[in-house]
Amino acid sequence: MATTTLKPSSGPPRRRSRRRFNSAYLFVAPSVVIIAVFIAEPIVQSAWMSLHDWTIGAASNPFTGLANYRSLWHDSRFWNALRVTLIYTAAVTVGQVGLGLAIASRLRRTTWYSSLLRTAYFFPFVASLVVVGIIWKFLLDPQVGLIDAWLGDLGVGNPPQWLQSTSLALPTVIVVGIWKNVGFTMIVLLAGMQQVPADLYEAAMLDGAGPWRRFTAVTLPALRPALLFTTLIATITGLQLFDLVFAMTSGGPVFSTESVVMYLYEKGFVEFQMGYASAIAWVLFIIILAVSAVQLRVARNRDGD
Amino acid sequence: MATSETLTRRDAAERHMTLTPTPGPGARRLVRMAGKLGGTLSWLIVVLGAVAIILPFLWMLGVAFRTNPDLYGDPARLWPDQWTLHGVRAVLDQLPFTRLIVNTFVFAGGATVLLLLFDSMTAFALARLNFRGKNVLFVAILATLMVPFQVTLVPVFLTIYHFGWLNSYQGLIIPRATSALGIFLLRQFFRQLPRELDEAARIDGAGDFTVYWRIIMPNAKPVLATLFIIQFAALWNDFLWPLVISSQTRMQTLPAALTLFSSQSGVDHAALMAGAAISLTPLAIAFLLLQRYFVQGVATTGIK
Repeated sequence: MATTTLKPSSGPPRRRSRRRFNSAYLFVAPSVVIIAVFIAEPIVQSAWMSLHDWTIGAASNPFTGLANYRSLWHDSRFWNALRVTLIYTAAVTVGQVGLGLAIASRLRRTTWYSSLLRTAYFFPFVASLVVVGIIWKFLLDPQVGLIDAWLGDLGVGNPPQWLQSTSLALPTVIVVGIWKNVGFTMIVLLAGMQQVPADLYEAAMLDGAGPWRRFTAVTLPALRPALLFTTLIATITGLQLFDLVFAMTSGGPVFSTESVVMYLYEKGFVEFQMGYASAIAWVLFIIILAVSAVQLRVARNRDGD
Repeated sequence: MATSETLTRRDAAERHMTLTPTPGPGARRLVRMAGKLGGTLSWLIVVLGAVAIILPFLWMLGVAFRTNPDLYGDPARLWPDQWTLHGVRAVLDQLPFTRLIVNTFVFAGGATVLLLLFDSMTAFALARLNFRGKNVLFVAILATLMVPFQVTLVPVFLTIYHFGWLNSYQGLIIPRATSALGIFLLRQFFRQLPRELDEAARIDGAGDFTVYWRIIMPNAKPVLATLFIIQFAALWNDFLWPLVISSQTRMQTLPAALTLFSSQSGVDHAALMAGAAISLTPLAIAFLLLQRYFVQGVATTGIK
């Protein structure tokens, strides 16, 4: 003890290794236990369950190898859910990043009115997807909804059945998805824009660059990390689509808005086919990994230019 | 300084003008007018967009405070003729609404407080202490970030079932009481705090816990506040997790209960919108008062 207090420069590692018990383990213990029990072990168990016919209430849960994955391959309801999810993800990502960028560049300068507009655009961020879904479901209702009532006042005799039509339901959900998320993208991009040094804009102005040229030559390259981040987040959350369709359409009409996670919920927690639901979860996981990897790859190749 | 700068800028502008072929005065005015028109038009679109964002929330409030015959009579009107508390009373009648509010507060508040405590403890050990397996642990925690939560949902449901924790606060809260992202963000922040802070305390005889609680945590108040707000909001709005863990109405949280309520046929619109408005109120007030923290939360979990 005396030597260590005399030589504090001998460094914490040696002093600690001589202790019989390292209190660092107490600090990490609660998180490690929770992650082990509720994240790490379930990941392994989920992979294992996906190889079984694991139905709750059945007498046994036999090992079936890749049978669940083979069934998925021939399951047209799954392919439909995957198609819905991919269309939603692509459309909402493009819409929310594109519109978010346009709005952010318009509201870049801080004045009282642009702050007010930013607050308005960012506000849906605090509303749950469920509340958003419920509001829009009834806003678009043919009997009590504001939208069709206004269209009627404008002389539209037969307003569209937004959520009751198989062809219109998914586009409508997509618009609501963009409506909900555009403010989030705007805020992240605004934070990115504020890190662009003002001299860059002055230099560009001296060179006679107009607003559009300044945007493409200064703003866009500086925003590349923020754009990549918002695109990744939009894609990953899009592929996990659940709350919004559950609240707005419950997947209908005729499965036209049923997403992969809705189908997973249906299989796992309504029909209790837990093995099949686990297989769906793993396919979703692999799709998310693949799509994110492609996006990161594309971004890195662009950076190499 | 200022004059020389303006001079050079004007010089540059003049040089530029003489170099580019100058259009006639009429054409130039036309170009300037078109630019101004485009600017005005884009502002108009941005303002209309903001109105389209806010309007549905105003409509929700309007429906919550009007009678159903009034709504069916003239759905094109945004605001009620006569304000009524019928919707608020109806939602309190038709759902165990106070209980739902309490549940949501206990779930979101309890899990967030525990998460801040556990995540900051782990982050402190990862940032400031040495122990065997530290790097392996950090990489393992980061790796769990890649796995979407739906992968673990089925086995976690079974585990909670075996613990006898379905429809209970501990079942809702404990699996949500730590997060890999929180550990990562706090570790990054703790590493930026100057080492001299803890070393000075250690020379004065402070142990690990004192350094954590008296030195690191007080210096991390802003980032902890940001994490609290973002995490609380996420759990307050969480849907799939409480839906799966709590099937009994008296243990449900607001999002799940409202969704199931809204899909009943012949639902009371005023009651539903009053419920939606009430469930939105705490976060809306927090947002309007503490918008800076929300922006910071989004920006710090974003760009690194």
